[in-house]
Amino acid sequence: MADTAKVIKILKCISAKIRENEQFLTDLDAAIGDSDHGINLARGFKKVDEKLPELADKDIGTVLKQTGMALVSTVGGASGPLYGTAFMKAGAAAAGKNEIDIDDFLVLIEEAIGGVKLRGKAERGEKTMLDAMIPAAGAMKEERSKGADVKNILEAGVRAANEGVEFTKTIIATKGRASYLGERSIGHQDPGATSFTILLEAIEEEF
Amino acid sequence: MVGIVLVSHSKKLAEGVKEFAEQMAPHAKVAAAGGLDDGTFGTSFERIKHGIESVNEGDGVLVIMDLGSAVMTTEMVIESLEEVKAEMVDCPFIEGAVAAIVVAACGEDLENVKKAAENSKNTKKF
Repeated sequence: MADTAKVIKILKCISAKIRENEQFLTDLDAAIGDSDHGINLARGFKKVDEKLPELADKDIGTVLKQTGMALVSTVGGASGPLYGTAFMKAGAAAAGKNEIDIDDFLVLIEEAIGGVKLRGKAERGEKTMLDAMIPAAGAMKEERSKGADVKNILEAGVRAANEGVEFTKTIIATKGRASYLGERSIGHQDPGATSFTILLEAIEEEF
Repeated sequence: MVGIVLVSHSKKLAEGVKEFAEQMAPHAKVAAAGGLDDGTFGTSFERIKHGIESVNEGDGVLVIMDLGSAVMTTEMVIESLEEVKAEMVDCPFIEGAVAAIVVAACGEDLENVKKAAENSKNTKKF
């Protein structure tokens, strides 16, 4: 179970982890993109951090929606509209809720994936964050159906997301800046899939 | 008059194309929404929003974007501006901007300005 306070704690943890990994994510993006993924996300989550104190008495839907809006208005790269839409879609699904359980969380992840697909006009297998998000969601649902506990469900999600990141090394980018590199993008992991995995690790630690 | 907004990751690119296209239509309503507020590369929701609002005279606004996040961020700005008739067009950045700005300055409506920008895709250089 997570209430607003816990969701805020998770967001703070995400923000801290993203900022710790700012250089790493930017370096990954330098190889196949425009060298700004870490810088952009760190700027976005700094803004989220600043906004969180005023959201303490709000419902979870509002917290997630405001997080998305902060990212959209400050990130400045593709991860802004993509993560922004993901959080806003999740927020819409959590509207009015003051507590969410693991089943609600799995619904929010599905909503987030739907948002990213729609905004990025992308599918799995194009070397994007979806290559971590979709397998992670699938693995978590499978664990849930086996009756696993929250910890195991989220661990399975992180594991699948990491495998998804590894998989992105083997494929050609067909979306985003990396698509200009064509087959030269093979061998490099996708920065967006990596940042999503970091985000899910924070959720796994704090949920 | 239909307003035109040029959205680029680069402040210089958006401003340069604006300046370049305006040579042919000095009275066109054009806004450059390039880069982030601090001048670095990126696309800014606020700058695009402000750009659209600044050229909106009620006849609609056509937005021309460079790549990737410029498109996605513009899409989100347009979704948030329910009261403004703003549309994106899929066209080459420079050729599309020149075509749209010239046609808009002639007083054509949004549909025709958009068509002019789209048609610039088919213009051969040689």
